[in-house]
Amino acid sequence: MPAVVEAIDLHRTYRTTTGTFRRRSLEVEAVRGVSFAIEEGELFGLLGPNGAGKTTTIKMLITLLIPTSGQARVLGRDVVEDAHWVRERIGYVFGGDRGLYERLSALDNLRYFAELYGVDPKRQRARIGELLELVGLEGREKERVEGYSRGMRQRLHIARGLLHDPPVIFLDEPTIGVDPVGARELRRTIAGLREAGKTVLLTTHYMFEADALCDRIAVVAKGRIVAEGTPRELKERVSDGVVVEIEVYGIEDGKVEELRSIAGVTSVAVEDRDQAQVVVVQSAAGHEPTHDVLARLDGVALGRVTTREPTLEDAYVALVTEQPVAVDG
Amino acid sequence: MAETTRPPWSRIARTLAVGFGLHLKMMTRSSFDGLLGVLWPLFFSTVAFLMFRAGAGGESLVFASFGAAVMGIWSSTSTSAGSAMQRERWHGTLELLVTAPVHFAAILLPVTVAMSALGLYSMTATLLISRFVFGVDLPFEQPFSFAVALVATVASIGAMGFLLAVSFVRYRTAWALGNLLEYPVWLIAGFLVPLTLLPGWVRPISWVLAPTWGVDAIREAASGGGPWPEIGLALGLGAVYLAIGVVVLETVLTGARRSGTVALA
Repeated sequence: MPAVVEAIDLHRTYRTTTGTFRRRSLEVEAVRGVSFAIEEGELFGLLGPNGAGKTTTIKMLITLLIPTSGQARVLGRDVVEDAHWVRERIGYVFGGDRGLYERLSALDNLRYFAELYGVDPKRQRARIGELLELVGLEGREKERVEGYSRGMRQRLHIARGLLHDPPVIFLDEPTIGVDPVGARELRRTIAGLREAGKTVLLTTHYMFEADALCDRIAVVAKGRIVAEGTPRELKERVSDGVVVEIEVYGIEDGKVEELRSIAGVTSVAVEDRDQAQVVVVQSAAGHEPTHDVLARLDGVALGRVTTREPTLEDAYVALVTEQPVAVDG
Repeated sequence: MAETTRPPWSRIARTLAVGFGLHLKMMTRSSFDGLLGVLWPLFFSTVAFLMFRAGAGGESLVFASFGAAVMGIWSSTSTSAGSAMQRERWHGTLELLVTAPVHFAAILLPVTVAMSALGLYSMTATLLISRFVFGVDLPFEQPFSFAVALVATVASIGAMGFLLAVSFVRYRTAWALGNLLEYPVWLIAGFLVPLTLLPGWVRPISWVLAPTWGVDAIREAASGGGPWPEIGLALGLGAVYLAIGVVVLETVLTGARRSGTVALA
């Protein structure tokens, strides 16, 4: 069976300028050769930090951006050549406060988008009613959106994206900024989409969310896919190593680079915690780097040192911080 | 779920009507815009009255009153056509509109026609202020052709706003163009000053502006002349703007998708 969504060596470059009087043009490579395929009925996650290229990738797939090179297909059709055909069959939902007419009610918003998405006028009322019930907004639909909480807006977004009952749905960080209870409800709704047979592409930077929802995950960093597999496969990549956490009070970049050069160390990340920082060092199976790490940190004020087994979060951090970065051409 | 049975023209007509209603509803919900709606007509009619009271009076005041009234429609459209697209960007709705499976012209046109129609309020207020505050005796010799001239003016100015808005989709700061064009058109379209007083080289520019013929048609209908040629020219030019806009829009949108400016605020 052919893939429902296909990205084939997608690249996307933005041109930007710097300076006021002496303007210089710069090229920023947001996506540098992303390839993946999503099967029918699959919930596929694109996981990565801010600026990794997730949203740019999704915008190429939904026909909003034209790739600089590479190809993208949805339901077998090219997203550049057959943009209109593709648009009729996809839903797009993004996270955050934007994307709605604040001065209008939820009902007006849905009516308008139902019209734009070609929902049969005879079916519009019933369809909007079904979706309001699905996302739990029935009874609140006549209120203006400007009075809605972020969670309610997000649910309205999902209803909007489903108006024309698309077989393929793109969800770009749908739980961002939503409180834990609201996010859990949204995740339940997203899981329901897969149960209804939809093919879903979800982007998120929450590892646990991707783990809970996705059949497969591609980890994106600096415009490239650095790992792909099921959540279980990704966890197994780091299950054998050791993580050392050292509390330090001021550490220079040179020292961090020194730690990276220790044999067996797979990643080094520095996290700020109050007035201190925590250096998180991951090592490969069979290596115990604590002694070497402490030796390299000679002269740095140290706090608590702990050793623990790696978690899925560590796998993610290792992937997004340690992948090789090619020199820009 | 997406329908396939309706003919395309029926779907586009419905999209235009629903879009028009929704945008009109949205525009009338801002109290600040409402305040401007009260202040602008007062400003237009005062300018017209003060300029022409000292001059020939009588017919000149009538000429200026109708001109000032159409100024409201033009100002509402030119300044807000650009800010409307910018507002869609800020709201994050422009991306959704661009990726909707309907020709973008059917989404954009109702926005500018709604703005133009909102200018009708400004027009009515300007005429009422001219009549009751400044005591200008306004004639309405042919109510029917006056009404037709009014609709033709609103539609053609809306089409002109549409053509402007097409550029606002591609260029983020093009909204300034709308503001820039507001005052020259007051002059060139003969809202306040008869075209015969303008230099000869300006006239061809006036002739290709639909508001020139719109305001002429309104004046002709009000004074009992024959407004139909002017109505035809206003509508014809509106149709030309519309055709150019629809053709250019596809290129503009492809350019915006290529440069990535649709989503940028």
